[in-house]
Amino acid sequence: MESVYLAIPLASLFGAIIAGFLGGGIGRTGAHTATIAGVGTSFVLSLYVLYQHVFAGVEVFNGTVYTWMVSEGIRFEVGFLIDNLTVMMMAVVTGVSLAVHVYTIGYMADDEHNWPKDSLAGKNSYQRFFSYISLFTFSMLILVMSNNFMQLFFGWEAVGLVSYLLIGFWSVRPTAIYANLKAFLVNRVGDFGFILGISAVVLYAGSLDYVEVFAKAENISEQTMSIFSGSEWNVMTVICILLFIGAMGKSAQVPLHVWLPDSMEGPTPISALIHAATMVTAGIFMVARMSPLYEYSEAALSFVLVIGAITALSMGLIGIVQNDIKRVVAYSTLSQLGYMTVALGVSAYSAAVFHLMTHAFFKALLFLAAGSVIIAMHHEQDMRKMGGLKKYMPITYWTSLIGSLALIGFPGMSGFFSKDAIIEAVHHSSIAGHSFAYIAVLSGVFITAFYSFRMFFLVFHGKERMDEHTRKHLHETPWVVTGPLIALAIPSMFIGGFTIGSMLFGDYFAGAIVVHEAHDALAIVGEHFHGAWSFVQHGFAGPALYLAALGVFTAWFIYIKHPSIADQTRKRFALIYNILERKYGFDEFNEWAFGGGSRALGNRLWQFGDVVLIDGLLVNGSAKLVAWFSSVVRHVQTGLLYHYAFAMIIGVLMLLTLFVIL
Amino acid sequence: MNFTDLVFYFFAGMLVLAGLGVISSRNPVHSALFLVLSFFSCAALWLILQAEFLAIVLVLVYVGAVMVLFLFVVMMLDINITQMRQGFVRYLPIGALIALVMVAQMIWIVGPVGPDVFSGEQLDQAVQQGADYSNTKELGRVLYTDYVFPFEVASVILLVAIVAAIALTLRRREMTKYQTPGKQVKVRKEDRLRVVKMDTETRE
Amino acid sequence: MITLSSYLTLAAILFSISIAGIFLNRKNVVVLLMCIELMLLSANINFVAFSYYLNDISGQVFVFFILTVAAAEAAIGLAILVTLFRNRRTIDVEQLDAMKG
Repeated sequence: MESVYLAIPLASLFGAIIAGFLGGGIGRTGAHTATIAGVGTSFVLSLYVLYQHVFAGVEVFNGTVYTWMVSEGIRFEVGFLIDNLTVMMMAVVTGVSLAVHVYTIGYMADDEHNWPKDSLAGKNSYQRFFSYISLFTFSMLILVMSNNFMQLFFGWEAVGLVSYLLIGFWSVRPTAIYANLKAFLVNRVGDFGFILGISAVVLYAGSLDYVEVFAKAENISEQTMSIFSGSEWNVMTVICILLFIGAMGKSAQVPLHVWLPDSMEGPTPISALIHAATMVTAGIFMVARMSPLYEYSEAALSFVLVIGAITALSMGLIGIVQNDIKRVVAYSTLSQLGYMTVALGVSAYSAAVFHLMTHAFFKALLFLAAGSVIIAMHHEQDMRKMGGLKKYMPITYWTSLIGSLALIGFPGMSGFFSKDAIIEAVHHSSIAGHSFAYIAVLSGVFITAFYSFRMFFLVFHGKERMDEHTRKHLHETPWVVTGPLIALAIPSMFIGGFTIGSMLFGDYFAGAIVVHEAHDALAIVGEHFHGAWSFVQHGFAGPALYLAALGVFTAWFIYIKHPSIADQTRKRFALIYNILERKYGFDEFNEWAFGGGSRALGNRLWQFGDVVLIDGLLVNGSAKLVAWFSSVVRHVQTGLLYHYAFAMIIGVLMLLTLFVIL
Repeated sequence: MNFTDLVFYFFAGMLVLAGLGVISSRNPVHSALFLVLSFFSCAALWLILQAEFLAIVLVLVYVGAVMVLFLFVVMMLDINITQMRQGFVRYLPIGALIALVMVAQMIWIVGPVGPDVFSGEQLDQAVQQGADYSNTKELGRVLYTDYVFPFEVASVILLVAIVAAIALTLRRREMTKYQTPGKQVKVRKEDRLRVVKMDTETRE
Repeated sequence: MITLSSYLTLAAILFSISIAGIFLNRKNVVVLLMCIELMLLSANINFVAFSYYLNDISGQVFVFFILTVAAAEAAIGLAILVTLFRNRRTIDVEQLDAMKG
């Protein structure tokens, strides 16, 4: 069994290596075959492992594959912890990755048009892309399968790196380069907090291994440390908040969310894979994995909750005013990540992870569908130039509809189960900030429905606003593109209903996720749970469903019935529109404060530090000092013999005096 | 206070006075002559210390040769005497002060007032030699056996001194005639002899 | 009673006289050379005194060599002086400041 575990990440890695290094030699077909074979193997083996662990009752595997070093008792190892949580993540990651790999064959088919004639990076870009997405799969698998903080961090950084490589894939575009640098830098800020958290863990628990750290959790939570000389902080709170800062960077929570909309500069397949389904969920996964630690700190949970609520609400609002089809989906992702974080904050870790799984499917579906539309529209991404695509692209239309319905929480779809579970858990929670969070997630339902169906109606219904030339060439995209759409639509519909019972209210995550009785909001929800179908019926009794319906209706009303309302509203509420369009000024603030601040600091350091201190004082100053000193001392050399003799005599006299006295 | 002590004080006093005379004379010839006097007194002191050979050598070599040389040079240089003494009085206080401090310290170390290091049994092993003691023989005995190497080196030093002194002061006179054997040997027939073809001349 | 100390004292006095002479003499290079001879003389007195009171002939041997070297040095010093006079037409020490810094 151990070799199966090892084979899963390594299969993707081999695919990546072959396509990466031999890409030029084996050509496009060879590259995509190798990588799809690698990721396909990983997927099949992941399903096998899933079957073994969930259905055949294989025990949790926690073992070391390789010990890198042992330093003062702390072991730095490569190891796997395979339990139900891990196998779920593995299946999701490899599944979505495989779908994206197949999709990319169609999407990147004419990639050579994106590069200038003699660009070096443009040569074999197709193979390079496949190598990168396989490498990403490997990194993400290493992250989720890890059994210690070091490997977690390695996977964390590796996915960040591949994200950088992929966002800036079209490196000849300056906007892509700005975007990938932004992503990496903002991630770095989060990673800084993350590594401080890991250091605190090592300091107080003396180990990097999960199981050993969790065993000491209660002990740690009773200690305090003093930060900022004087204020005493509970150690567990500090650790959890620091680790969450890492999650804020990776999972794009406010204020470290600014990179995700810009990451849409990358090709659509990676927007689907990395920035919807898998990489951004690494933070959520990490917090869920660390549930034994978070349960000991209500302050940290509160922090998580509030941040998640803010993200869920504010990002959804921005999604309403976006005109680029990918940006709408990006802000939708941000908002849904906020939902997952809110779930983590109310100790409903299983609900968060459950939503992670369902979201992975329908968000990837939505991104890939958007990509399909973009291909058909000859790489036009502005929704104002689309419309009425329903009759040209039926498969894309229906899969988009399924995805959107799943997103807004249409009863029976996967998204309904996960979102409603979260909303109910927040409602029943008692952690500080839960009322604000409840309002936020509930408003979010309306907003989500509104922007989702705004996008849906603008793209597929209504007047056709594209130019003649494009309309003539409109047709459904090839099966390599639509196949994955269908493949993802199926779980978007069904997986929620089938798994909610065991995952949320059963013992699927027992042992992997720990929840203390005091804030186990999900258990309270579970008391009313009598199966998936009754959950659906229960949904009709809550406000969420009606808010969603209201959102859809409003979108239909504004964008299909009376399109002029949109313009009028924009003019009337110009201030709010302006704020939303400027994304609350986060980018502008960062550019002014951090960008401008760094430049100003650099300037000051150059002017004062370099020019005055180093050049003037030290370099030139030392020369001037020597020159001045010599000009003074040279007067001792009078050239007159008796002066020299006198000096010698004085010297002898002083030595004599010294010897006489001592 | 026996006779030896009296002699010592007499010659010591003369030595000091002569020294003072050297530095304070206006005329350099007087300074040289005072120096000669100081050498003579010193030779007398050394006779008291039973170093006869050195005393004689001092007189013969130092006074007889070196001081004569000094006098030659002093008299050869055409010196303007009146300008000599200008700086002397102005700097006298400082010079005297420094000299006094130095001498005070040195006397304090060696003398009866200071630490009694320079007295005691070890330092009084003077042997009054008999009448047939030959200081020269004693010196020679050691000089050509134990100290033969420094002896040779000393002779080389003297050779160097000769060469240096000549090299520094030799002036060639342009008009003296002298031979240069090197050039003489290198001479060629063409430099000395020129054959001229002439027609025979008849008696007309 | 004449002890070793007396001779050492005498030498000290002579030495300091010559030091003063070097410093005070500003006009005459010849007197400078003579003061150097005085200094050497004081050292010689020390050596001979020690040789007598320690009953060791090496002191006198040393004086022998010092005498040799002093003679050589006086000769060369005077040769330099002569050359200096030929070039500068003066033996005033105060005017020999060409090596001024």
